[in-house]
Amino acid sequence: MLAKREKVARVKKEREFKISEYFVVFGLIVMCILISIFRPVFFTPRNIINVLLQISINGVIAIGLTMVIITGGIDLSVGSVIALAGVTMGLLTDAFGAENPATAFICIVAALIIGTLAGMINGLFITKGKLPPFIATLGMMSIARGLALTISGGKGVAPLPKLIQTLGGTGIIYIPIIVMGCVYIIAWWLLRYTKLGRNTYAIGGNNEAAILSGINVPITTIKVYSISGLCCGIASILLVGRLNTAQPTAGIGYELDAIAATVIGGTSMTGGEGKIVGTFIGALIIGVLRNGLNLLNVSSYLQQVVIGLVIIVAVMSDTIRDKK
Amino acid sequence: MANQTLVKMKNICMEFPGVKALDNVDFDLHEGEVHVLLGENGAGKSTLMKILCGVFKKKSGTIEYKGEVVDIKDVHKAQEIGISIIYQELNLIPYLTVAENIFIGRQPMHNGMVNWNKMYEDADKILKSLHVDINPRAKILDLGIAQQQMVEVAKATSVKADVLIMDEPTSALTEKEIKELFRTMHTLKKSGVGIIYISHRLEEIKEVGDRATILRDGKYIDTIEFKDGVVDLDNIIKLMVGRDLVSKFPPKDTTIGEEIFRVENISSKGLLKNCSFNVKSGEILGVAGLMGAGRTELMRAVTGADKKESGEVFIRGEKVEIKNFGDAVDNHIAYLSEDRKGQGLVLLFDVKQNITLANLDRIKKNGLLNLSKEKKDAAELVEALNIKTPSIRQKVRNLSGGNQQKVVVAKWLYTECDILIFDEPTRGIDVGAKVEIYKLMLELAKRGKAIIMISSELPEILGMSDRIVVMHEGEISGELSIEEADQVKILYLATGGK
Repeated sequence: MLAKREKVARVKKEREFKISEYFVVFGLIVMCILISIFRPVFFTPRNIINVLLQISINGVIAIGLTMVIITGGIDLSVGSVIALAGVTMGLLTDAFGAENPATAFICIVAALIIGTLAGMINGLFITKGKLPPFIATLGMMSIARGLALTISGGKGVAPLPKLIQTLGGTGIIYIPIIVMGCVYIIAWWLLRYTKLGRNTYAIGGNNEAAILSGINVPITTIKVYSISGLCCGIASILLVGRLNTAQPTAGIGYELDAIAATVIGGTSMTGGEGKIVGTFIGALIIGVLRNGLNLLNVSSYLQQVVIGLVIIVAVMSDTIRDKK
Repeated sequence: MANQTLVKMKNICMEFPGVKALDNVDFDLHEGEVHVLLGENGAGKSTLMKILCGVFKKKSGTIEYKGEVVDIKDVHKAQEIGISIIYQELNLIPYLTVAENIFIGRQPMHNGMVNWNKMYEDADKILKSLHVDINPRAKILDLGIAQQQMVEVAKATSVKADVLIMDEPTSALTEKEIKELFRTMHTLKKSGVGIIYISHRLEEIKEVGDRATILRDGKYIDTIEFKDGVVDLDNIIKLMVGRDLVSKFPPKDTTIGEEIFRVENISSKGLLKNCSFNVKSGEILGVAGLMGAGRTELMRAVTGADKKESGEVFIRGEKVEIKNFGDAVDNHIAYLSEDRKGQGLVLLFDVKQNITLANLDRIKKNGLLNLSKEKKDAAELVEALNIKTPSIRQKVRNLSGGNQQKVVVAKWLYTECDILIFDEPTRGIDVGAKVEIYKLMLELAKRGKAIIMISSELPEILGMSDRIVVMHEGEISGELSIEEADQVKILYLATGGK
């Protein structure tokens, strides 16, 4: 009897799953088919790798952001933190010499530490300073950007060590894609199989209930924002590696693309709900759309309009389904 | 039957994914009567009412309003034809004033601008007619729950409604306020309004009801007319639960052991003054008092959910430091909040995730969550506590109040707690599920746990406790053994001995 009920429930659950989770996947496939019909070149291995390469940076940022948004927060500082970590790498290369084999490692460690630290400070402002995440990370957005401009004197820094260029995809084009894939797998695993992951959902789902279940909400929050910062550190390595130059003005508006990928992927802005796989698909949709529109010779101005519409339609279909 | 029929609902069916919520239900309402709608949680009362006021769409069936078939497609339509509802959960905007809430969406206008004076005057008139003493300029967040409830009543009666639905309006009210509410209902009745009344307090329906319709598991069971105020409550309960209820309070066979938990001189700024109490293993300590006496505040201070100014906590004679709620959990103290949905559960989580929420360490293996152990453990608790859910993967927001409460209990049992603090454990829970919760509490006591139960229902306090402490204005005003306690003595202490 019980087993039967369990089975019925499972079947029901799977059906629900199909309708709600695969909607965006379905949209993605339709988009790919349409683009392929008009521009067959879209569906070539070379172009697909190109798309994946293009989304790798946004894809990595969106991972951290997804976790932040699941807690019911937001991180606006991602773009600025990337710029700060980037110019730091540029300046360190300058100081230690691009040919010095240790420089690349110093740069990588520095980028990851700066990103994590910035995130941790965001988390501290939010938990200890009792600031709304929007305000705390808006402040950090300006602070990190200002610091990036200050230490670089407002100018781009080049070149970067060979190893970092390689990580950015110079030479072996797959590397940023592999990096992105690894980060996605780790994040998926983290959200599903660790206490931190479960508590991330609990905080966003019901903060009060999380506190009254003995969950250490401040520490969890700080950890999640630190992870978002760490993802920025990783993204900055991919970015400066690919461009072989570190610009203090890099990453402007990146937070918007990352938020877009997150919400298209089905994460709720009010927190408590969201899937890391969804975010990947969200990032993919934005990438395919950009690539497809380019192939179709749609101007970059008009592309922004289309992407805006896609965000609205994707989220709207979500809320309409919720109502039903 | 001389009165005109206002509402006639016939063969109403409604389905939620996997659940048949309503199955061919009939219901009607006459002018100038109070029709009580009875049934256990999950019987379909709220669903039926939500269909009537346009929140849910029925799957099949017809609704007649004043003799005409109507299609109530949304809430607006319902309001337009004169159906008003007061929900169990209050729907007020905390940062607006009482008057603004009463007239929200239909403020009196003057030359295209809100006529504030008229609004406050009208609000004052309505509140006066209800005999409630609330300043219409007060902000909702400064009012107590009971006062907010009265504002809801004022809001609903201020629209010219012919049909008024009240979903458990008295669950947060004091005796005096309930009397006032009943008086208001009487006035409304006389003016021809039909009232549909949902309540779990069976004692009340004698006072206000003219007829009662009973639902069970989404099916129509019976409609009973109360002639000359004669109500066969036993029969009604039998119809509601579909079986005979021997006694509301199960018999006790617990043994009281050593003292487990003791607090001394807990004080907090402006709220609590030198509160001390203790509880022994296997004992149920009832905490009585009027609303606002500081019972919840005391428990929140003890468990570190709120800051305390001074005071000490001892477990098995040893002093423990409890600075935040995490410390309480570590010391095997569980606090089951009166606000299950707001503070006890993550509604977006499923049953198993809620059960393991407070003790994820227990399913950790090599630092990772062992999801198959989670499933197994949760399924065991669901079985042991008889939680009615289609699956442990069901989201808890889809469960009934009684089953949600059981999930909260399961969550704390999973932490292997020794001290359980139940804050209004049966609020908003129907008779059948109440008995199950009582049984569960006794079972826990039998296993040697120390139980503290805050309750505003005196029969519950008297029926369940081994010992009773009474609070008044932030102080413990007295302690009674169960042998010497009765309603009069408790009320005497709860009102400060006046």
